Formats: sequence, C-alpha cells, structure tokens
Amino acid sequence: MRLKEIKEALEAEVLTDNYDPEMEILLGCSSDLMSDILAFGKPDSVLLTSLNNIQAINTANVADIKVVCFVQSKIPNQTIIDLAIRDGITVFTTKLTMFVSCGKLYQIGLPGCSYLTFDDD
Amino acid sequence: MYNKDTSKTQELTYELKVKDAMDTDYITVNSSTTMKSLRDILKKKRILGVPVLDDGILVGIISIEDYVKCMENGRLDDIVGNIMTKDVISIFEDEPLVNAVRNFEKYHFTRFPVLTREDNKLVGIVSKIDTIKGILKKLEDAYEMNKESNKFPTRCLINELIADGTCLELKYFVEGKNFEKAGNASTRLKKSLKKLGISSQITRRITISTYEAEINIVSYTDNGEITARVNSDDITVIISDNGPGIEDVKQAMTPGYSNAPGWVRELGFGAGMGLPNMKKFSDEMNVDTVVGKGTTIKLVFKINE
Repeated sequence: MRLKEIKEALEAEVLTDNYDPEMEILLGCSSDLMSDILAFGKPDSVLLTSLNNIQAINTANVADIKVVCFVQSKIPNQTIIDLAIRDGITVFTTKLTMFVSCGKLYQIGLPGCSYLTFDDD
Repeated sequence: MYNKDTSKTQELTYELKVKDAMDTDYITVNSSTTMKSLRDILKKKRILGVPVLDDGILVGIISIEDYVKCMENGRLDDIVGNIMTKDVISIFEDEPLVNAVRNFEKYHFTRFPVLTREDNKLVGIVSKIDTIKGILKKLEDAYEMNKESNKFPTRCLINELIADGTCLELKYFVEGKNFEKAGNASTRLKKSLKKLGISSQITRRITISTYEAEINIVSYTDNGEITARVNSDDITVIISDNGPGIEDVKQAMTPGYSNAPGWVRELGFGAGMGLPNMKKFSDEMNVDTVVGKGTTIKLVFKINE
C-alpha cells in the first residue's frame, strides 16, 4: 500500500520533510510499549503510537520501521523530529484516536505485523 | 529462540514482488476460441490454464478443469467465452509475493493473472512453480551478495589477518538515568554494522537486542558499557553494568514480568519484554548477575550460516 493512502485514511499531517507519497508500506503495528514493537514489529511498516518521546523514533530505527504516526493529536518536539529525519523516518500526526486509526488502516486493507507469521486467519 | 528458517522464507516472500517471480512468457486465448482449439493449445504448450483476452483486456481465465467439465457435458463445440471463469482473481505486479502465496491457499487456484496497477494491463502469470523459482533465485542472489559482502574492507581485513583468532571491538558507554540519550549506543552500533557489511536482518536482530539492554542500563543503573566484538563468524555483544543486579533471573526472563519504576513505564518501557526479546533475537544468551554488584549479559549472533 502506498504511504499516501495511509496518510489519507489517517487524515494525517506530515511533520518531516522526507515524505515519499509513493513509498510502499506493507504492514502496520500499534503500541505504546516499545518492547512489544521490538518483539513483533516488521521492517517497512507503519507504527501508530501515542508515546511522544525519542524512544518511539529509536524503536522504529532499530526495528527498520519506516513511518511513525503519533495519534490523538500528539505533536513531537523538534528534537524528536530532527532525530527522525537523521534516521530516515517519516513522522505523521493525526487527530484520530489509536482505536480509530488502527480501524481505518485495517479497513483499507493494511494487515498487521503478525500477517507474516501466516497464523492470523 | 529466534526461528531463522521460517523467518528467512517469510522475509523472502515479503521482500519479493509478484513481478520478480511472474512468468512473462505466457499464452493467451480470446473468448471466441473454441474449446477444441483450447485443448490443442494446452496440450502443445503443456500448460493447465490460460487467461482470456479480448482486445488486450483480461475478460476471464480458463483451465483444463473447465475443459474436462465441457467434455462431460458434451459442449466441446462451444467457445471459451461461454465456459470461462469471468470473476477473475488477479494480483498486481507490485504486490509482495506473500500475497500470491496467501491467495493460492485462500482460493485453491494454481495461477493468477498479474496486472499493472496503473491501467490493469496483463503483464504475466504467477503460479506456485513461479513462486518457488522466484524464491530460489532470491536465495541465490542473497548467497552471491553474501560473498560480495566479504569485499567490505574491514571484514576482508579481519579474514586476512594471520592469527589464530581476530576480532574487531566496538565499545559504547551508556549513561544511566538519562533517557534522552538512551538508544544512542544502539543506533551508533547499527550504523557501524551496516558499514561493516553485516546483513540487514542480522543487524536488526543485534540492534534490537542491544537497544533493550541499553534501556535496562539506563533504567536501573548509574552507567554501563556495551562491547560488540565482530569475529569472523559471529558477533558477540557484551553488556555490563555495576547496577543492582537481577534477583531472580528466571522471573526476569518471563515475558511480561517487570519491576521497572514508574518513570521507566511512562517512557514506553518496563513492559517485561527486555530479557525475553534479547533471548528471542540472539542465538546464544548468557546472564551473569550478582545482586548489589552488577550484571553482565553476553549475546552471540552467528553471521555465517
């Protein structure tokens, strides 16, 4: 799925200057617990979180996650945005809640990160 | 324990696109082709089914099964257009190959027409055999790339130095209680491993584990250090601190168990997955801890498999 479709579904605002609308995003994950993301997150996915600190970016970086979207109108500070740009991560913010954000993405066909284990259906 | 076999295959089917595996040298018929001439085509080309194209547009798919049914019903003089499956399940060329694998399971079809996303134009056919061939090709490329990676000067140097054992040591200091800097060591280690030509899968496993360990140092101790030793066939990461030690290692290894203070939890950690994640992503793990003295965790990641 193209990143622009995700941005549209989430009614998201882009906060970094590295946004590539055509970037292919295959999976999604969401949590405020970074260890959970490290445990089941997959490369080339989008992370939805309301954890507004630099560890959200560090987690995405080490787990090869390309896009982080802060939900429920959370806007990260400049330090977080600079770190994301340095690490090549695109940052979004959305007014939607975590529940609705996940639902919107699932509705347009973005599978969860457990998709790869072939056991979700 | 990290299941490398499953993971590798999964990652391959996920990295590969349908267009990397599809067969572009395919045969088509049109809806006015008779079932008799369809039989000749299938027989001559030794194939089990073909897409049906009218004026370049995909209108259906017809298989040997349809032919057999026609034979049973005495409709061999009929044309393909009246027999074919019109609700064709197709797949886009830029979808990950894993979607094709899942469609094989879901629909029990043996092949899918491949279309371009822009104008729905037929560009190929993907079958189970094509999928297997695609994965084998990717494995071959990965193998070649692995050989290539030995050309990275540092790894080359490690392999060429004459000694009974050589290793490159990278050291990082971690400041306790400073959450702003937590992750700094792991992200710098990640960059260095990439420069050394370590594959992205192994780099990812190493940095995830190291990051968890780094968070533990920051959360529980005043300071600590991380040492990564790049050997010729493995990378060993040693994380040591002079912190409080772990009272019950077995309990700490239980997923979900945590005695992290509130401020750590507020920062998104302390969910009790730190040590379990290190175990999951490493090939060997050893925890050496003395209450009141400190903890040393040794993680081994094999790089030549």
